[in-house]
Amino acid sequence: MKRYVAIWFRHLLVDRVLLRQPELAGKPFALAAKERGRMLVKAASRDAQKLGIEAGMVLADARAVQPELEVLDYDPLLAEKLLLALAEWAIRYSPLVAVDLPDGLILDASGCAHLWGSETAYLKDIASRLKASGYDVRTAMADTIGAAWAVARYSRAFPIIEPGEQLSALLQLPPHALRLDAAVVEKMQKLGLYQIKSFIYMPPSVLRRRFGQGTLDQIGKALGNSQEAFEPVCPVEPYQERLSSLEPIRTATGIEIAIQKLLEMLCARLVKDGKGARQAVLRCYRIDGEIQQVAIGTSGPSCSASHMFKLFELKISSIEPALGIELFVMEAPVVEHLGNAQEALWDLSSANKMTAIAELLDRLTARAGADVIHRYLPAQHHWPERAITEAVSLTDQPQTDWRTDQHRPVQLLAEPERIIVSAPVPDYPPMLFRYKGDIHRIKKADGPSRIEQEWWISDGLHRDYYAVEDEQGGRYWIFRLGHYGEETNPEWFIHGFFA
Amino acid sequence: METALKKSELVARLRSDILSLQGFRAPALGVKHDDFGLGPVMKTFPEGVFPRVGMHEFVSNSPEQTAATSGFMAALAGKMMKEDGLCVWLGRHRTVYPFALSQFGVSPDRVIFVDLKKDKDLLWAIEEALKCDALSAVVGEIKELNLTESRRLQLTVEESRVTGLLHRVAPRLSNPVAAVCRWRISPLPGASDLVLPGIGFPRWQVTIEKVRSGEPGSWRLEFRDGSFELITESVSFHQYTAKAG
Repeated sequence: MKRYVAIWFRHLLVDRVLLRQPELAGKPFALAAKERGRMLVKAASRDAQKLGIEAGMVLADARAVQPELEVLDYDPLLAEKLLLALAEWAIRYSPLVAVDLPDGLILDASGCAHLWGSETAYLKDIASRLKASGYDVRTAMADTIGAAWAVARYSRAFPIIEPGEQLSALLQLPPHALRLDAAVVEKMQKLGLYQIKSFIYMPPSVLRRRFGQGTLDQIGKALGNSQEAFEPVCPVEPYQERLSSLEPIRTATGIEIAIQKLLEMLCARLVKDGKGARQAVLRCYRIDGEIQQVAIGTSGPSCSASHMFKLFELKISSIEPALGIELFVMEAPVVEHLGNAQEALWDLSSANKMTAIAELLDRLTARAGADVIHRYLPAQHHWPERAITEAVSLTDQPQTDWRTDQHRPVQLLAEPERIIVSAPVPDYPPMLFRYKGDIHRIKKADGPSRIEQEWWISDGLHRDYYAVEDEQGGRYWIFRLGHYGEETNPEWFIHGFFA
Repeated sequence: METALKKSELVARLRSDILSLQGFRAPALGVKHDDFGLGPVMKTFPEGVFPRVGMHEFVSNSPEQTAATSGFMAALAGKMMKEDGLCVWLGRHRTVYPFALSQFGVSPDRVIFVDLKKDKDLLWAIEEALKCDALSAVVGEIKELNLTESRRLQLTVEESRVTGLLHRVAPRLSNPVAAVCRWRISPLPGASDLVLPGIGFPRWQVTIEKVRSGEPGSWRLEFRDGSFELITESVSFHQYTAKAG
């Protein structure tokens, strides 16, 4: 036999606002949202309700009633989020808890109440705990979800309906208590059916013809003649493993063993769920009450214990065991879905390769920081500093081919360096140049090739590049900045060395 | 006579055993070995096989030599990477221009550059990279290196079989290190004919100063159209025209 508890949060959103902003207590306020071009009241506080402000009113009307009305934003997703959190909390009362939008919870309390002594104590505990935490609730317990729901919301009687007593409990209640469509309820009101007892004994064929099959279904659900779906919430279990030690651990070897064990447990779970960790945190609880914490990050989801161990290995030296560590907790706060295995079927070797390389890069970043690794892709620019752009990930592929028709030096100086040249005007390559005190006599030269600044990116003078070779065979990339002028001579720079 | 023959056979076998213990492998019959287009340079290596399993040390003392060495190393790494290999290029003050690597047969997006600030980190990173057998080659640029450190790297290479190319940029002293061979690449003036103006293909004086179980030597090479070519003194334009009359 099933027993269900319905919890009704009478002012869910308002209570939540009061919990967050206690200074609003005693003041009329409303939550409003824009709907069809006007502001609509979505929830009103108790003081506002006393003044006649109700959910569904246009905000302008509410303001006319109470000009000092405090108006807050209404978040349409907040109710669901709140209820989910409350449902997870309510798992202390029953392993099966369902969210009943928009303002309730349903607990499958079959076989749970005796742990609190009796059903009365059980319900009392739920209600008093919720009330203590600031939520105004009403609860009811019955054999069916429908009956519990109805009694919680519409009955002032004793909220525990004895097994099999649903019908007698429902008789006095209004038709709303059956969770019927608004149109059906309206029709019943017009017909003068103000209580359930006025129509529940009618033959089903009559009810079906007048009010539709839905009404019959709802009556069946409330009375327990037909089943009602119950979708319990499944709280996400954090990827966390604990390892307590018999004796306090003080050595690096001990910590290593603990990390290995924890990672094996964690990775077994991750593999089972098809997940990979992007971050892992190890907390070491010392006997003196201090907590030592080290964290690692990976560049791709990983469920390899040996790889993560290698990352942790680099950080073991930063753990101070002091008098000893009695508890290790390993947690993966950020996990991601692992790429599907299908990929591996057709690209076996390269996928393995990529994993191995990603693991290598993880180790490098773990030790030296994330900004040490660079990979470049071609960019559609002639300006040498902009001809390459940094790739974001290891698997980024170039959109265009690398150009091999442009002769570029294999060593490029970070900043062009000033040189002194003697060059015949106007456009001949220099005859010699002096760089860092050495004079290089130029024997061969290619050029000039002019590279203009891209005006949409930056201003500046163009560069006329020459590839030159001196008598020792050294090959240089030098350029003249701008034109020869009337009074000023353009400056010359060296920008790179050819192989 | 017979015993002498046996003895020489025995010595030859022992020699090849020692080589295989040192990480060299004799060319198996029918298997074509990669010579990376190095041609005549291959004769210097034991059994004529390029020692893939080993650290290669390159020394350069001037910016021109550094550039030539970088070009040569890029070309060599490109040959090792072939179509789909990946390479890691580690250094402290990296001046290599990734864009230019494509001229040496390396697709620059297949190279991962790692720029570190401390020598200690750099050595550690080179060792870690050499341990990763998914890589085709590891290029490291480092200033100072002592025997112990290089020995450690060499041992790592022997385990993972990833070729290491270590570039010692302007070292204060050229102390011996545990590498299979020491290269020195210097730029050579381009071809001196007058038919084509300009600076032409990169030309290098490639010197192997030391090589384990091999003969050191020096060659003049040109890198042309993706392969190394031995420079033969070509007929100059003047001689050509003179000959033609």
